[in-house]
Amino acid sequence: MATSLPRRRRKMESAIEWLLAGAALAAILTTLGIAAVLVGESLPFFRSVSLWRFLTDTQWTPLFADPRFGIGVLLSGTATSSLVALAVAIPCGTALALFLSEFAVGPLRESVKPILELLAGVPTVVFGYFALDVVTPLLQKAWPALPGFNLLSAGLVMGVMIIPYVASLSEDALRAVPMSLREGAYALGATRLQAAWQVVFPAAFSGVAAAYVLGVSRAIGETMIVAIAAGQQPRLTLNPFEPAATVTTYIVQVAKGDVPHGSLGYRTIFAAALALFLLALTFNLAADWIRRRQRLRGRIS
Amino acid sequence: MTDRARLKARIQRAKQLERGFLLVAWLLLALLAAVFAGLFVSMLQTAWPRLQPDFFLSFASRRAAQAGILAAWVGTLVLMSITAAVAVPLGVAAGVYLEEYARQSRLTTLIEVNIANLAGVPSIVYGLLGLGLFARLLGFGASALTAGLTLGLLILPIVVVATREAIRTVPNAIREASYAVGATRWQTVWQQTLPAARAGILTGIIIGLSRAIGETAPIVTIGAVTFIAFLPPSPLSPNFPFISFDWVWSPFTALPIVTFDWTSRPNADFRANAAAAALTLTLMTAAMNGAASWLRYRLRRRQRW
Repeated sequence: MATSLPRRRRKMESAIEWLLAGAALAAILTTLGIAAVLVGESLPFFRSVSLWRFLTDTQWTPLFADPRFGIGVLLSGTATSSLVALAVAIPCGTALALFLSEFAVGPLRESVKPILELLAGVPTVVFGYFALDVVTPLLQKAWPALPGFNLLSAGLVMGVMIIPYVASLSEDALRAVPMSLREGAYALGATRLQAAWQVVFPAAFSGVAAAYVLGVSRAIGETMIVAIAAGQQPRLTLNPFEPAATVTTYIVQVAKGDVPHGSLGYRTIFAAALALFLLALTFNLAADWIRRRQRLRGRIS
Repeated sequence: MTDRARLKARIQRAKQLERGFLLVAWLLLALLAAVFAGLFVSMLQTAWPRLQPDFFLSFASRRAAQAGILAAWVGTLVLMSITAAVAVPLGVAAGVYLEEYARQSRLTTLIEVNIANLAGVPSIVYGLLGLGLFARLLGFGASALTAGLTLGLLILPIVVVATREAIRTVPNAIREASYAVGATRWQTVWQQTLPAARAGILTGIIIGLSRAIGETAPIVTIGAVTFIAFLPPSPLSPNFPFISFDWVWSPFTALPIVTFDWTSRPNADFRANAAAAALTLTLMTAAMNGAASWLRYRLRRRQRW
């Protein structure tokens, strides 16, 4: 019984428990730290630039003599590159997930997974180099008018980068579907593809949707590929054939240069990051909510 | 008879569709493998003339042909040791707490949701945390310590999740046997559960570090410099107490930053350097991922329960 333990031992046990709990609280402290830094540095910014102007202005020229702060300009670049990336990552990721969970068995699966893991392990700065030096020249052969920096090549490479991520998360969801559903479909004479597409996929849809949403959050937060390959000029556009800056590009660009600490230019990166953080947080919470709802509904009946 | 023919045609079509899907899936896999191979070959081709010993043994230079990555790879090693020193104790402790100690409560749920969320926070946002908190507020500047702390927090969720999964695979019988011979909870965790889960935890740590090693955005954001022509001070000092932590405060550069810098230069001479640095970085992360895969494979084979 615990009471028969020597006193010192018992004290040590509870001290250790507190220490471990402290480590777990570090996660909460990190989130609070992020929120505090972003809000703390953005507040002075929003005192000199109204939130309304921040959200509605159609120009982003914070370092000019006549500064304008329309975050929509940067968001348009983020949206365009992310849409291109998702147009690649969602269909390919879904197809691969279906293939891995419903068709590939045993040794085949074991040999396919490392390809995905290799791709997932490539640092994003290397993908950026790839987009600028390999993919853009290839695309320029098809469209000679394509500028050297463009959202298309950055988006395509970003899509390839996200494929393994979407595929492995969706595959987990597909695998969780009970075998009896597949067996029911086979008993009715379905082919494996019919069972996969008409029974397993709809049954796993919330898990798959959560994977898509996490893919979106990955895409909007991706920095190095766009910073290297998409150009750094802020431009209000949804045309992937143009160069444009994204929210993340702008932050890197300013942080890399020498903007004096405490200036309005320095604070813009925190305001931009706050917008990015809130956007990513929304998508992450949405994914979490979708998954939790699925778990509440319990087993598929 | 026509019914039967129609049914046959339908089955035929379903089978064809399935074959079509399989073809597409295989093509997709081949394409992905080709992308990886293309990336690798193009890097190797561009980098080839620069892959000499002196590339790894010289400092940065304004002349592309003389520039090397000595400060960068030493900086990357320094960064990784600080990152591991932050993320491993914190992450493993948090994982142990959540699996072995925490009762089901609002706070526990909050911590869990929080960790899931942190895993999805864009890495550049961590860079701003490092810039605002460690570099400016605490006054650590653009030092290796700031970058290591930032990357440590960045991979914390990975280590926590891996630790929890590894601990969950340890069968309860082991814990019960330990309690039965009179061990306390901590003795059970330290002497039984953690050793039994160590391969899984180690895999998670390696995967986390291989993620950290390639992260560029956060360390560029905290203001790391690219042009460094010296190494950090040695951790061994000739005077008492013979160990010095000055290297922690030293300005640093790292492989991903150097790769970024060389890639974004308009000067074509630096292309080969960029490719060589990118190749080095890719090989390092691939080696770490390979080690993690191998560990996982060995673990699965040797598991006794």
